[in-house]
Amino acid sequence: MVLLTLLASWAAQAVEVVPFDRPPIDWHALAPELTLLAVGALVTLIDVVFLERGRAISPAVAGVGLLAVLVPIVTLAVDGVASNPRAAFGTSEVYIVDGYSLVLKALFIIIAYLVILMSTNYIAEGDYWESEYYGLLLSSVLGMLVMASARDLVTVFVALELLSIPAYLLATWRKRDLRSNEAGLKYYLNGVFASALMLYGMSLLFGASGTTILVEINAAIGSTASSTALITLGIVLVIVGFGFKVSAVPFHLWAPDTYEGAPTPITAFLAVAAKGAGFVALMNMVFVGFWSRADVYAPALWVLAALTMTVGNLTALRQNNLIRLMAYSGVAQAGFMLAALAVAGQSTDVAQRSASAIVTYLIIYAAMNLGAFTIILAVSRRTGSADIASFDGLFQWAPAMAVAMTLFLASLAGIPPLGGWYAKFSVFTALIEGDVWWAYVLAGLAAINTVIAFGYYGKLASRMWFEAAPTAFETNRLKIPFALQAALGITLIATVAFGVYPEMVTHFSDVDVPAALTAAP
Amino acid sequence: MEAFLDDWGLTLVTFTPLIGALVMMAVPKENESFHKMVALGTTLVAAFLGALLLVNFDFDAAGELQYVVDKSWIDVINSRYIVGLDGISLPLLLLSLGVVPLCMIYSFGHFPEPHNPKTFLSLILVLETGMLGSFIAQDLILFFVFFEVVLLPMFFLIGVWGGDDRRYASLKFFLYTLFGSALMLISFLALFFLSDGTVATEAAPTVNTFDMRALSTGATSVIARGAQLWIFGGMFIGFGVKVPMFPFHTWLPDAHTQAPTVGSVILAAVLLKLGTYGFVRIAIPFLPEAAAAWAPVIGLLAVIGIIYGALGCLAQSDMKRLIAFSSVAHMGFVMLGISTLTDFGINAAVFGMVSHGLITGMLFFVAGSMKDRYHTLDMTRLGGLLVQAPKMGWILGFASMASLGLPGLAGFWGEFPAILAAYNPAEILSANVWRAYMIVAALGTVLAAGYLLWMLQKTAFGTPTEEFEHDPHINDVNRFEWISWSPLLILIVVFGFYPNLIFDLTDPAVIKSLQVEGLGGAAGDCLSLAKAAGEQCFADLRDAVGSAAGN
Repeated sequence: MVLLTLLASWAAQAVEVVPFDRPPIDWHALAPELTLLAVGALVTLIDVVFLERGRAISPAVAGVGLLAVLVPIVTLAVDGVASNPRAAFGTSEVYIVDGYSLVLKALFIIIAYLVILMSTNYIAEGDYWESEYYGLLLSSVLGMLVMASARDLVTVFVALELLSIPAYLLATWRKRDLRSNEAGLKYYLNGVFASALMLYGMSLLFGASGTTILVEINAAIGSTASSTALITLGIVLVIVGFGFKVSAVPFHLWAPDTYEGAPTPITAFLAVAAKGAGFVALMNMVFVGFWSRADVYAPALWVLAALTMTVGNLTALRQNNLIRLMAYSGVAQAGFMLAALAVAGQSTDVAQRSASAIVTYLIIYAAMNLGAFTIILAVSRRTGSADIASFDGLFQWAPAMAVAMTLFLASLAGIPPLGGWYAKFSVFTALIEGDVWWAYVLAGLAAINTVIAFGYYGKLASRMWFEAAPTAFETNRLKIPFALQAALGITLIATVAFGVYPEMVTHFSDVDVPAALTAAP
Repeated sequence: MEAFLDDWGLTLVTFTPLIGALVMMAVPKENESFHKMVALGTTLVAAFLGALLLVNFDFDAAGELQYVVDKSWIDVINSRYIVGLDGISLPLLLLSLGVVPLCMIYSFGHFPEPHNPKTFLSLILVLETGMLGSFIAQDLILFFVFFEVVLLPMFFLIGVWGGDDRRYASLKFFLYTLFGSALMLISFLALFFLSDGTVATEAAPTVNTFDMRALSTGATSVIARGAQLWIFGGMFIGFGVKVPMFPFHTWLPDAHTQAPTVGSVILAAVLLKLGTYGFVRIAIPFLPEAAAAWAPVIGLLAVIGIIYGALGCLAQSDMKRLIAFSSVAHMGFVMLGISTLTDFGINAAVFGMVSHGLITGMLFFVAGSMKDRYHTLDMTRLGGLLVQAPKMGWILGFASMASLGLPGLAGFWGEFPAILAAYNPAEILSANVWRAYMIVAALGTVLAAGYLLWMLQKTAFGTPTEEFEHDPHINDVNRFEWISWSPLLILIVVFGFYPNLIFDLTDPAVIKSLQVEGLGGAAGDCLSLAKAAGEQCFADLRDAVGSAAGN
């Protein structure tokens, strides 16, 4: 009897759940994500209703739809979100729309738009499934938009999977090619492995802090009472997990193979957007979640940054395949962004500088890297090869392409007055403002890496200019489809303009560090 | 008109070549005469604007920056578009403006392979914008951008139109310079964060600034001595590679030898000056204390460069390579002048920059023309130029005499005062050390006479070798060559007879750059104290500035 009452009272306690009140939803704040969702659904619907006839219009719908997503982003900006962040769900710190996330959302939308421009002819001419391609691309972008606002472990994880899973599929899109299958499989296995590590780290952090909201985690793990070993392991595992996503050395080994096998527009997408999303996640973690534990993440990120740029550059020197070269160049570029992140914990001023530097870097990197990929795509339409030798004498048979590619390569190498210099410069700025010896050492290492990087960028540039062209190509000029011309025009103008007048980038990238830094101890 | 020049003069003169290059890019390359016309036209317009700037320049205030423009550029890091011209920049600006059109005219007569005038000339125009911008920039980041702009065009000029080993030479040139400038950039950033713009006497709205006017008037005196030494070290490598100083010089002989004639001329006449200009304009006025500490090293490397360059010359069989090594030696004299940290020495250095630009540019022109005729510059195969092409032979002789420092020609006023200045370096430096340097440098002049006369003897004297005795291609100076060479020849004589044309201009600016007047006194005065007292003087100044700024 007693047992029964005990059981009953226990059951009553267990059943007595907190009544769920739906938090007020700020629909305006969520409008970009919702619009994108609608566009994705529309693309899928077109496929379902019109079948084959829908193929021709799906890239256009996807492209225009993406631009439509910019509308709510602009209205939010006009609404003053930058100075007055909004929480999408009531007062909870789970999903924040502020200046920082808005800039990144706009960046991801524009990257995706450029990738669609790059894809249009490639996918149509390659006889691949089209509507599914664009649908998956859009859902991956949706994950990136969510990531920009996610300030909660679960939301971050959901965003990460939302952006990754379509990308795994897209990497295998050239399904009749074994390399593409290998690309997708490697990407998938590495991605899942990284997710598992990350989840483990997240669960440790949840255990240590009792919450999934990043701001609260920061407050909880910052106090001295908490277990250091547990927190260290948690933070390191999460960083390692994202290290895979941003292809930081030594977690980069999947990148060259995946990039080489995937369809080239998807390679560009992975190299720019997926990597960017990984960085956004890392920034959310470091600036909001781990901020008070610089003693843990700074050394980890320092080592990752130093390794990533050095190994990436040295390996890139030895590549003979353009895509692999770009893959390692991307690894090295990621090292620069990690360097800025490593120093972030020094003070709020430095964190501010470092957040601006990484956002600046992401924007400029997107312009110049997509530009370089557009040219590789355009040239390989003629040469049918991604071998570095296929660029021999490009200047003789496609001078405009050669000049544009030279500008992109110079930008990637960080030569003023092209965009890349300002990206690298802002990283140096953050490091020097850190004003500690290990930040200076990292700056010195970055300087040396800038020189090494020119070794391969310069080698490619000199092949285009100094070598003789294969005779078959000399007479007929290269024809480039309109969509590629548009992508090339946008990226080229952006690359040059950002370098000559960096204010164009900094106006947007000089964002306030996401949330709650001032509350940090 | 004057108001317009004040506001737009410098900007226009700098970007005119770039506009020309953009116009050329829009026109197909088949239209060669159009490209030649546009390229020459834009450089002449730029030169004309330069002449207007010269005419309107206030020579009584040569120490002050003129035509200053200060506009917002990158607000986030408080980097601004600041340009200005003073007595140090003006001669170098005019040198660049003058040399480029001459190179254009010369190239019309001798187009290097592979032809393609459109790309060749538009690259030179972009190069010109970079050079001009570097000499007028008064903001460190703006300076850095212009400083780097010259790299890519030169890389392609050497790599596409160069000699047999051009790939190696162009990459080596690029990597060396890039390495130096990366370290230089870190130094600039450290200056930005560590200096205190509010203590400077000149306009400086905020604490952190890249404004060269503020940084050269005491904003840096708050920086701790150790940090100053590191920052100077970074700039030392950055500028030292460009000069080039021993042991960073190894890119130079390769680049010069492989570059097309016009590339060599521009490299020698202007690009090398960017390095020495950096020392005079940035490194020393910004960090006089660190400069005093580094000066013995600079002086030592300078005299090593003088001797090493001379010995290098004597070991060459290629004429162009010999002239390249002579550049190392001559830039050694310039650096020796700079290392004295006296107004006398630095005036000599600026003069040396201009005269080296004129004379070595001239030598490279002649070497290029000889290469066109003989298809080799191997001195064991050459000889008897005076017999076969007497005018060219005399011009070569004249330029060699100027180069070895014959009094009455421009070369003399670059070398002799630099040696003289070493007798009496700034008080804070050890006079004995510099007197030792002086003796070594004087020996260097003897060697210079040796290698230049040796070159002359090998190439111009004697009788033509059998190989070329009846070669119909060896004709005398042609029309293009006369047009492009005569201004250089005239200026070498004019500056040789009346060096005050330049000294009057540079002297007030040099004196001002060494004064470094800031809050609490002039850092420049500390240079004129004995070593211990001078270092104490810098420390006192730092304390005074520190307490005044409230930290």
